[in-house]
Amino acid sequence: MNTDSNTDASRPAIQVRGIEKSFKDLHVLRGVDFDVKAGSIFALLGSNGAGKTTVVRILSTLLKADAGTATVSGFDVAAKPNDVRESISLTGQFAAVDEVLTGRENLVLVAKLRHLKNPGAIADELLARFSLTEAGGRRAGTYSGGMRRRLDISMSLIGNPPIIFLDEPTTGLDPQARIEVWQTVKKLAEGGTTVLLTTQYLDEAEQLADRIAILHKGTIIQNGTLAELKQLLPAAKVEYVEKQPSLEDVFLALVGETGETDAAVEPETAGKELR
Amino acid sequence: MTSHVLGDTRVLTGRSLTHILRSPDTIITTAVTPIALMLLFVYVLGGAINTGSDESYINYMLPGILLITVASGIAYTAYRLFLDMQGGIFERFQSMPIARSSVLWAHVLTSLVSNLVSVAIVIGVAFIMGFRTGASLGAWLGVAGILVLFTLALTWLAVVAGLSAKTVDGASAFSYPLIFLPFISSAFVPTDTMPAPVAWFAENQPVTSIVDTLRALFAQEPVGNEIWIALGWLVAILVGAYIWSVAIYRRKLS
Repeated sequence: MNTDSNTDASRPAIQVRGIEKSFKDLHVLRGVDFDVKAGSIFALLGSNGAGKTTVVRILSTLLKADAGTATVSGFDVAAKPNDVRESISLTGQFAAVDEVLTGRENLVLVAKLRHLKNPGAIADELLARFSLTEAGGRRAGTYSGGMRRRLDISMSLIGNPPIIFLDEPTTGLDPQARIEVWQTVKKLAEGGTTVLLTTQYLDEAEQLADRIAILHKGTIIQNGTLAELKQLLPAAKVEYVEKQPSLEDVFLALVGETGETDAAVEPETAGKELR
Repeated sequence: MTSHVLGDTRVLTGRSLTHILRSPDTIITTAVTPIALMLLFVYVLGGAINTGSDESYINYMLPGILLITVASGIAYTAYRLFLDMQGGIFERFQSMPIARSSVLWAHVLTSLVSNLVSVAIVIGVAFIMGFRTGASLGAWLGVAGILVLFTLALTWLAVVAGLSAKTVDGASAFSYPLIFLPFISSAFVPTDTMPAPVAWFAENQPVTSIVDTLRALFAQEPVGNEIWIALGWLVAILVGAYIWSVAIYRRKLS
């Protein structure tokens, strides 16, 4: 392993081989294998308790695996945790913001801890990018769920880490906030960032991911593109079905798709891109 | 990574000091209980207590009050550390390329600053209530040094509590016995008035030697052997609690 490895496009950004983890008698992971291609969005899909968060915690050096190996950006998570931390950012299940500090202070704090120059300028740029400029001077504790999540994600982008882990990024968010997060994730991947996200929502994986791995009872039971996964079932039959709007379509049509981000650029069209 | 320890600690200490500045009630509550105790002992109970010396009672009991101030103040350290771990911010810090020990040191330094502020407030009130000392600058430095050591020793105990607590209440409950300890010492009454087993405990527990040392420093009397016993206790608790904290912290991270 040398430092060139994180610029080598042919090498997977994340490589997981035979990872096992138990908590006392509970075997959470029983040999997990997968690769994530650099610059792609990879979804780890599974129900509650399937072990998704455990995988993310191992890959982000918060937890040590009992067996198996994992490399992130070419660095072994067990042997080179500091190098891994230099290349990643984690957005956990619960928005990890400091509620006493203002939104801007949260961003400045992270920029300083990443030892960057001009933390103030970085904070202002991100506040503008996530339509939080006006709220930047308020304590994060006063933010709505969607705003907190946006602040949380913007904190993760400081220093442009090449790999981002998003652990259930939309759990507990309302439909508009969810779409905002989806837009952010898409933009990240367009910018070349590798995104590993966990989700229990099938539509989220379907909307976002280049590849989807299904984690069930501690192992990956399927891994492929959406098209590949669909082929696992018998070929599609042609049927005539009256197109009914989903409740989500109705809800969004009634309340508008702009949500809280009135200042976002063309939210109408951006929302439709996802469909 | 080690090159970042100082810078990261400074940034994170700034963060938790901001927390205190935005909720100054934590410093005020820390100072209120000892001040109330001081009023109670000086104006209600003190008249009936014979300390066997010519010193005014407030001069006699201030050292014990200062220790109670610190013992109640460090409960907030455990509380703040526990809240950091409950929310995701602790994990965010741990997944970033920062010196991991900085996260703990920031809480420890913040605890030191806030407790010394509380102690200064209590000493100020004591002066208003008639506390007098002819202590030299050297003696004051000695008092400050012992209070700093005492705060650090108890703060690392608070770190143990904050890291291992399961609930918010658990995080601060450990401080109650510490607050109570000065009552079974020479802090408020001379130990020779106590029944033999209690007196034996009082004379051999750390608070008595610390209180006696502080009292001697304030009264410009020779500190004798007491200061070495006090320093021995303080260093032992400090080192023990530090090693314990680091062990728990490491276990948390694996």
